[in-house]
Amino acid sequence: MKVPESVRDIPREELFVGGHGLCAGCVAGTIARHLVKMAGPNTIVVSSTSCVEVSTAFYPYTSWRVPWIHVAFENAAAVASGIESALKVLARKGAIDPSRRINVVVYAGDGGTFDIGLQALSGMLERGHKVTYVVYDNEAYMNTGIQRSGATPPMAWTSTTPVGSKVRGKEGRKKDIVAIALAHGIPYAATANPAYPLDMDAKFVRGLSAPGPSLVHVLMPCTTGWRFEPRIGIKLARLAVETGMWINYEVVEGRLRVTTKVPKRKPVEEYLRLQGRFSHLTPEEIREIQNTVDREVDRINALAGEIAIGPVAR
Amino acid sequence: MTLASTRVKVATANEAAAEAVKDVDVDVVAIYPITPQTTVVEKIAEFVANGDLDAELIYVESEHSAMSALIGASACGARAFTSTSSQGLIYMHEVLHIASGMRLPLVMCVAMRALSAPISIWNDHSDLMSVRDSGWVIYVASSAQEVYDTTVMAYRLAEDPEVLLPVMVAYDGFIASHTAEPFEPAGRERALELSPKRRTWSRLDPDSPITMGTITSPEYYYEFKYQQVVAMEKALEKARELERAAQRVLGRSYGLIETYKIEDADVALLVMGSYWDNARLAVDEARRRGTRAGALRLRLYRPFPLEELERALRGVSVLGVVDRAISYGARPSGPIALEIAASIGRRLDLSLVSIVAGLGQRTVTVEDLTELAVSLENARGARDAHLVTRFYGVRGL
Ligand SMILES: Cc1ncc(C[n+]2csc(CCOP(=O)(O)OP(=O)(O)O)c2C)c(N)n1
Ligand code: SF4
Repeated sequence: MKVPESVRDIPREELFVGGHGLCAGCVAGTIARHLVKMAGPNTIVVSSTSCVEVSTAFYPYTSWRVPWIHVAFENAAAVASGIESALKVLARKGAIDPSRRINVVVYAGDGGTFDIGLQALSGMLERGHKVTYVVYDNEAYMNTGIQRSGATPPMAWTSTTPVGSKVRGKEGRKKDIVAIALAHGIPYAATANPAYPLDMDAKFVRGLSAPGPSLVHVLMPCTTGWRFEPRIGIKLARLAVETGMWINYEVVEGRLRVTTKVPKRKPVEEYLRLQGRFSHLTPEEIREIQNTVDREVDRINALAGEIAIGPVAR
Repeated sequence: MTLASTRVKVATANEAAAEAVKDVDVDVVAIYPITPQTTVVEKIAEFVANGDLDAELIYVESEHSAMSALIGASACGARAFTSTSSQGLIYMHEVLHIASGMRLPLVMCVAMRALSAPISIWNDHSDLMSVRDSGWVIYVASSAQEVYDTTVMAYRLAEDPEVLLPVMVAYDGFIASHTAEPFEPAGRERALELSPKRRTWSRLDPDSPITMGTITSPEYYYEFKYQQVVAMEKALEKARELERAAQRVLGRSYGLIETYKIEDADVALLVMGSYWDNARLAVDEARRRGTRAGALRLRLYRPFPLEELERALRGVSVLGVVDRAISYGARPSGPIALEIAASIGRRLDLSLVSIVAGLGQRTVTVEDLTELAVSLENARGARDAHLVTRFYGVRGL
């Protein structure tokens, strides 16, 4: 497994194939495709109940050319723990080739990770199973019709946080899943973004080669839930980085490094205005979000020990 | 067949279960404590620590994850095991259905215990009854020996390519799980002879990738479920064969139901689990008091051995079914009585009496069972006796 340096290093072999039922413009498929390209055919993928599960494994069809399993919504990390343990003992007992390394990868949504799946994730990380856990974060429960999750950003409209005269969308902050994962003392955690595929793929590879559990948190623009034109998913993903709404970084053995530096930031408004879920925001509310992002940028810069993300340039 | 007496040990049902897990060379064990099951997994951890068993132990953070991890392990071809009780079993409930739906040959011991609220760590069958329709084969054992033998047998049944269903081996919390009695382990050689490791089920293998646990449409779902029905029917047939195989290899077998003095019985008590010994003593006592009583024990509960039951009940005119769980609002309120009433409805000459007793391990003595057996005489010829459940021993009635 090699960290890709140019697009030419990305394997051509497709292990996640088309014909699935994801929405037109859904970026979850793009991320999955890159993930299994990096992991290669010697891989077992576990998914939680989610858009990806219902759209890519619709009996009698499947989009997966690697062994793939779904069990339930909240337990992908536990299922992966069992798989990793089984591979270990079966290799030791000679029931499978002991010289062969099989990657165990979880591909789960934010709901199945931040909320209902958090307990299983924590158990898996704490026990130290060698599993690469990739959470694609579309910032809501999309499969059940755009309900808020612990990953939904402040003030976003969802079907359970509707905008009215008293309530202005989702209240409270977005959970910091990377910090939660890191609190388990795991060797590798990162955030990634499909608009920067080489950076994202490199993180998949580093996660897969880490000496213990790893977590990669990937932003996943959702055309249906965020309410944008299907063709601009990647553009939005890039804007998230350019505005500082999303910061690409990785933490290796406790050391944080920003992997996509942004010397001059765009105002968050550019990101927010392209999405129906934020269309209700007033200028004051946008300013509030800008302030939160500024503070988060300061925090990450401090942890990185440099000004990796610069100020807003108007 | 003579058995080497040096092999006899004194052990609780929990220890016997662990011993069986060691002898069938289980590969992956998920561990989560709940009374009264915990000593099963403690004992297994001891076997692993001493090098007597080569297995991966997964110290899961919940029972839900225990069953989920076993599903993952089994999906890779590992022999997997866990044990639980009460709230733990109920907490797993979602995943129990998935294990059977995915046709994974897991084996789990259940040291049966009452359900909250209020919390009771003591024994009854409420936990088991709440998951009886989750598609698992269910044995209810009555002694440490039987727990050992059945746990060994369970792998053969579960992994039979014509069955491929998960199997529960249940026994009474405390009454069996913590009572030491003599038992004779078969040892690894004979255990593996009875349940050889053959990986007969579909697995996650990078050399021939398959997709497991898909979503499906109304076009297919029903057929998946119907195949589980067929597998259960197959399991009944195979369970009968398995008794013969166990007799051959272990030198012991039990039958799918056990009977005592049923041949000439007029009235009979049906029990499950560790009431069996007392039920037999009660039969003797009832007979001394002039009631021609007999007793039956349901050993295999799912699939339900109706043919064996009907055969045993041929000459019986009153059957008292002792349930240790309540189906609230049902008539009768004992879950087993309810289904026997439904399944043997064609026996117009049989009166069925539903008895609930021993909830939360309220003591039921030989004397109590004798009184129940004798009282069955009163229901002779009563066609609708089963519509009223007797809540035996509850205060304030
Ligand atoms: C125990 C349980 N509760 C609820 C559900 C219903 N459910 C299925 S998928 C889903 C949301 C998934 O959200 P997420 O993990 O964010 O993935 P997405 O659909 O957004 O891709 C929910 C609530 C379920 N399957 N299981
Ligand atoms: S709802 Fe969103 S996440 Fe789900 S398939 Fe459609 S675009 Fe993808």
